[in-house]
Amino acid sequence: MAETKSRSKRLMTMGGLIFLAIGIILYFVKEPMGLNRKIYDLPVFLIIIGACSALKGYMAKEKTEEEAALAGKTFSEFLTNNAILLAMLVLVVVICILQPRFMQIRVALDILTQSSTKLIMALGICFTLLIAGTDLSAGRMVGLSAVVSASMMQTATYANRFFPDLPQVAVWMPIVIAILACMVFGALNGFLVAKYDMHPFIATLAVQVIIYGACSLYFDMPPNNSQPIGGIRPDFAQLGQMRLFNGVYRGFPGISILIPIAVVICIVIWFILNKTVFGKNVYAIGGNREAAVVAGINVFRNIMGIFILASCLYGVAGVLEAARTAGATNNYGNGYELDAIAACVVGGVSLNGGIGKVGGIIMGVLIFTIIQYGLQFINVSPMWQQVIKGVIIAVAVAIDLTKYRRK
Amino acid sequence: MSEYLLEMKNITKTFPGVKALDNVNLNVRKGTVHALMGENGAGKSTLMKCLFGIYEPDGGEIYLEGQKASIHSARQAMDKGIAMVHQELHPIRFRSVMENVYLGRFPGHMGVVDHKAMYDKTKALFDELELDVDPLALAGEQSAAILQMMEIARAVDMKAKIIILDEPTSSLSDREVDHLFKIINRLRSQGVAFVYISHKMKEILEISDEITVMRDGTYVGTWPVSNEKGEKLTIDFIIKQMVGREMTNQFPAREGKPSDEVVLKVENVCSTAKKSFQNVSFELHRQEILGIGGLVGAQRTEFVEALFGLRGIASGEILLNGARYSAKSPGFAKSKGLALLTEERRATGIFGILPILENTVIANQRNYAHLGILNDSKRRVDADAECKKLNVKTPSLNTLIQNLSGGNQQKVLIARWLLTNSDILILDEPTRGIDVGAKYEIYNIMLEQIAQGKSIIMISSEMPELMGMSDRIMVMCEGRVTGFLNKGEYTQEKVMALATQFAGRKDNTAA
Repeated sequence: MAETKSRSKRLMTMGGLIFLAIGIILYFVKEPMGLNRKIYDLPVFLIIIGACSALKGYMAKEKTEEEAALAGKTFSEFLTNNAILLAMLVLVVVICILQPRFMQIRVALDILTQSSTKLIMALGICFTLLIAGTDLSAGRMVGLSAVVSASMMQTATYANRFFPDLPQVAVWMPIVIAILACMVFGALNGFLVAKYDMHPFIATLAVQVIIYGACSLYFDMPPNNSQPIGGIRPDFAQLGQMRLFNGVYRGFPGISILIPIAVVICIVIWFILNKTVFGKNVYAIGGNREAAVVAGINVFRNIMGIFILASCLYGVAGVLEAARTAGATNNYGNGYELDAIAACVVGGVSLNGGIGKVGGIIMGVLIFTIIQYGLQFINVSPMWQQVIKGVIIAVAVAIDLTKYRRK
Repeated sequence: MSEYLLEMKNITKTFPGVKALDNVNLNVRKGTVHALMGENGAGKSTLMKCLFGIYEPDGGEIYLEGQKASIHSARQAMDKGIAMVHQELHPIRFRSVMENVYLGRFPGHMGVVDHKAMYDKTKALFDELELDVDPLALAGEQSAAILQMMEIARAVDMKAKIIILDEPTSSLSDREVDHLFKIINRLRSQGVAFVYISHKMKEILEISDEITVMRDGTYVGTWPVSNEKGEKLTIDFIIKQMVGREMTNQFPAREGKPSDEVVLKVENVCSTAKKSFQNVSFELHRQEILGIGGLVGAQRTEFVEALFGLRGIASGEILLNGARYSAKSPGFAKSKGLALLTEERRATGIFGILPILENTVIANQRNYAHLGILNDSKRRVDADAECKKLNVKTPSLNTLIQNLSGGNQQKVLIARWLLTNSDILILDEPTRGIDVGAKYEIYNIMLEQIAQGKSIIMISSEMPELMGMSDRIMVMCEGRVTGFLNKGEYTQEKVMALATQFAGRKDNTAA
């Protein structure tokens, strides 16, 4: 048993080192050999992948014999466990062959940037999924947060100001107000679910409609009268548009600020889920609500906490959307919740509650963005993209479920 | 024609990391009741699941009436005349009894259900089994006993040749058990064979013809219950085969006596629900095990749940260590030093999809947290120590609790409450569905806690356990306390007499 374990470890380290070596060689020979237009940044990717894999293989924890026996992975099990990831790899390779321009750092960074807000939403919604619930109001909260924050962040000289007499407030203030507005509705969600034991589907559906109405009322206030909010202050827009390390070397596009923001939020959520009492209670309530009650967990307070925390993340996503696009309308965020739920589910979060990891959710969001971006890249029609997206959801979840149904 | 109706030969089944069955044999004759015995985790359920097509065995053969049979699904098993009545029944609650009986094979033509035929057939079946149940009544409103009979009726209607009964009597009252046995006897005389899984020795000796014993996934042996000379097997013999060692005492010796100090005083406590417990009064002393006896429907569980803040209390007074205590919520009860091990382990006890670690510390998270952030290594150390102390058998703390046997799950749940360092442990059927060895361990844990100055309230429906462990027994009937019996003065008859004090009314409300 220990042999197979160390063999897979060695395989990973060796494979990683080989990738690393090929990457370094290619990096230095691509210019002289005139491969620049053929392989683009492939060497850099190979170096990164190689280094990560070698490091992981080297660092992998020695499992105890019993654990290794329980894991007892066969090749076919490996396939089912990673099917969607492998399918994505195949697709990426195909796209790279059809369109070598795909192999650029710029593309990878674009994908990560596009994933950022989606990821923040998915992390919020995963809390509600973990207690076997759902949150249909997520998308509308993004819209609310975008409208509220943008409405107070217009330049003084802009003709069509939402609040003509508003002074130039500090940037953090509208952000806090926007997020607080979302949290109020999050608390309403939580209250309906926790107090009346309402199914989250219905409770959040009701709140979704309320939010859209409230947001539209706000948006329709004179003098704005439902016109798209524009003239956003540059210091606010920077929050979504700033690029770090721009042009540190030739042709480097810079890293969008959205990426580090999403990374920080991922770490925070991972910490909450794995290292805090609240996180453990979320898994417990999702795993067996009755038993959680008996164990003395305050289910009411925890469910309130779940929906408020989730709405806070939607609020953040909304602010970032407003900043990124330097504008807002009351239709922002429409339907985002379904994308977020789909990404969570593809990432292995169980709709029956209690099962789900941050790593899986990141994977789920990335898979969707990569596939969408890749299909656009090779000019697949948007209608076909929709079909493919739907197929991915169905197939991914079907494969995921077979894991639990083994005889 | 073979001598046996069913032969299972050298059945082997391996799960990742565990050999659940290792060359197990089971031979059942026509028209007999064959008891299948063994501790929890011995592989009885796995063997039956192999027979019923829920699991695919890795090796071995199954013969039905001498013919080799391959069974890949429950449907195929039923077509071949095998029926199974599971330990925990899950009827379709909001549909009628008759629809549950004919589920999956409704009588009718071209997809249109013939309700009248279904009603008549169900009625005829129930008459035959002497069941007084309206076929149109909702299944969710029926007692466990009725649901079980319903399943048996279903098996009879399907002309089952072999009926597997998994712990059929675990939630039945004595009277209901008698009825069940009557039905089994009648069907046996008609040639139906039963595989009977149970931990209750007395029942096994009363009802079965042959006994097969399993231990740790292996086959130990098969014996007729009474030999040609009419001598019966003894309980000690069977236990010895099951555990592989002599078990002289069913209960560990109790040392010391309860102190005079009253830790809990309950006075005239009434439920908010009309039909639940009324005017319950008692005192619990430090270092005392107070047993609560009674039949199904005596509202014992409801009472302790109310004490723990899970149900409403309308009136009455509770004094905890002399101070007024109002059972607001389980969290509050926990903070006041109460612990409740619930009756339904799976429904309200374990978090099946979480590892043992989380299951052990879940009621005690605050003690490992600073500003809501958990100290992981401390949790692990404590959970590990507690699980080791209680002898939980598991590969690691990361194993999902649903992969443990019932006895080990129960030990984890006890560990959970011991970690909270509660003063008063309320144990609701602490050893239900648990094997003999694990039972003894749990009794030992109880006595250890008593020795440390704690007090225990124990609900038990098993008379020997109630009388073997309690310092004092409080008997309830129909939500009322009907009497107290002190150690030394209780007999099975006295407890039963108190438990059926309102027997006249019992038939309409309970059952």
